Amino acid sequence: MRLIQKVGDWFDLRLQLGAPIREVAQHPVPRETASWFYVFGSAAITVFIFQIVTGILLALIYVPSAGEAWNSLQILNHGVSLGWFIRALHGWGSNFMIAIVLIHMVQVFLFGAYKFPRELTWMVGVFLLLVTLGMAFTGQVLRFDQDAYWGLGIGASIASRVPVVGSWVVNLMLGGPIIAGTTLSRFFALHVFIIPGLLMAFVAVHLLMVLKLGINEWPMPGRVVRRATYLQDYKELTHKEGVPFVPQAVWKDIFFSAFVLLSIAACAVYFGPFGPSGQPDPTIIQTAPHPDFFFLWLYALLSFLPPSSETPILLIGPAIGLIVLLALPFVAGEGEKSWKRRPIAVVSVLLIAVTLGTFTHLAERAPWSPVMDAWSSQPIPPQYLSGRTALERRGALVFQEKQCHNCHSLDDQGGKRGPTLDRVALRLTQDQLIRQVIQGGGNMPAYGKNLSPAETTALVAFLETLHPARQTPARDASRAAALGTASP
Amino acid sequence: MIDNGISRRAMLVKLGLLLNGIVATILAVPIVRYLLSPATRERKPGYESWLSLGGLEQFPAGQTRLATYKNPMVNPWDGATAEIACWVRNLDGQAFQVFAVNCAHLGCPVRWFPQSNLFMCPCHGGAYYQDGSRASGPPPRGLFQYPYKIEDGRLLIKAGEMPTPGQPMANKAGGKTTCA
Repeated sequence: MRLIQKVGDWFDLRLQLGAPIREVAQHPVPRETASWFYVFGSAAITVFIFQIVTGILLALIYVPSAGEAWNSLQILNHGVSLGWFIRALHGWGSNFMIAIVLIHMVQVFLFGAYKFPRELTWMVGVFLLLVTLGMAFTGQVLRFDQDAYWGLGIGASIASRVPVVGSWVVNLMLGGPIIAGTTLSRFFALHVFIIPGLLMAFVAVHLLMVLKLGINEWPMPGRVVRRATYLQDYKELTHKEGVPFVPQAVWKDIFFSAFVLLSIAACAVYFGPFGPSGQPDPTIIQTAPHPDFFFLWLYALLSFLPPSSETPILLIGPAIGLIVLLALPFVAGEGEKSWKRRPIAVVSVLLIAVTLGTFTHLAERAPWSPVMDAWSSQPIPPQYLSGRTALERRGALVFQEKQCHNCHSLDDQGGKRGPTLDRVALRLTQDQLIRQVIQGGGNMPAYGKNLSPAETTALVAFLETLHPARQTPARDASRAAALGTASP
Repeated sequence: MIDNGISRRAMLVKLGLLLNGIVATILAVPIVRYLLSPATRERKPGYESWLSLGGLEQFPAGQTRLATYKNPMVNPWDGATAEIACWVRNLDGQAFQVFAVNCAHLGCPVRWFPQSNLFMCPCHGGAYYQDGSRASGPPPRGLFQYPYKIEDGRLLIKAGEMPTPGQPMANKAGGKTTCA
């Protein structure tokens, strides 16, 4: 023991790090902050370090070349011992990192931690969220498969909508006129050098401010933040009833970090690595690109925005969101911290969470996408064919042949892009069906030029049979009267 | 004289900083030019050039077929990404339309359905008629078209840049060019 002490002293005399480390470790924190609610920031850093380590491990094999990247991922998955596991760890680590960063953000928002004097800590945190999402997007590109290729195309399409300089921005983003070798190289540089560098710098500043300004105290309803008195109040709080960070508070951080790492490993073992999906060959167009989990909400949003407002919302929306987040500590820098006295804050969080959750849930099923092979792979349910006339069955064939099934479902099979047609005869009369098929409208293409009169007649005859047995289909009373064939 | 000494040192520090500033500026010019080179590259002829899609016999009259071409600006490590696909519609044996596979909405690859004469996009459900005009869904416009010409029985298109809404070529009407 004496030898260890001596060696330690030898180093400390030269490094002079012992005293500052002891000071940091034992700095007093408010008693109530030694809480399980205060573990997310440290967990985010733990996962970040974990991502650096697993990222370096992947870089030992991965080839950042458009011609070889996909093959090197296959080698990692199948050729290198436990390569699949390292890929799975890195992929799940990414998901956990975003999730923890978001939870951390919600926690500091609801606990009023962004208020005076921690405004800058919050603002740096906002940039940390952005660079974390940047890591997720660039990482998805490095998994150079079909989703990555067409995902880049979507990114380029959005970037090209910037007025005046749009096409320049696209060329800068892609490193040339198309998605190719230079594109992957620059996303590699972004993912491995530039964004991690920014992330480390932001984390350092963020952490420094947490240490210098002290951790946010547990918010009590009625304990109001005032610029004039807060610093003095906080000092008293920490010195009178504070506890040393180590070990009073830190043990929960350590336990939670271990729990998170274990969860990542469990997901990696159980679910395995993400992809890669098909080869990034742009001549293979039989593909339906899908973004990664944390960008699914964007996928949903892009399918719902009307064409006229899409570009302004895509370009101005993120800027407004960023300004709102950055301006928050200046607008609400004082006042109540407790979420019990901040109903608007709570409702905002719930609203955003429900919105993003709903969009994500929708995007997992993507009802707006046609099912491209439904016409040839999903049969017409037998109950819609039995006991039907030859004309009606011919109509069912037209329904399949003309790819109606890609967008319209029958008995829950087929596309959900258009309305389900199980009860269409209750909604539309014969005339309305003919008009809708021929002229389209309401987000449906017009089939007038692509259907012969005989095909239209057959198709409409089939559609008219689509109603529950005991309900009469819609009919136009005036038409019957005009034609003199009114039923009793 | 001590005051003088300090001010001289202070001046030397400032001069040194100024010198570094000048060096940084001089170095910044090539660095920025290097960084911007994908966007500022000789844009006079652009990235585009005339590329062969193959003999006309591959594109029967009245049909729409998938064709591929090699991008004019390739690097040896581009791999499969150097090959680009496009849809060729032969109207009547004389006139052609060459569409980009990229949906005008967000660039996903559209697929041709000859039975219903529609192009459909798998991403957000955009649909186009056989002439490339918008049929339904979120796309703000019809499919992008490449200018084409016929030379020695081969179909040539002017391509090389990914068609996006903000790109100059995309807003030019496609069609047969008079220049031979």
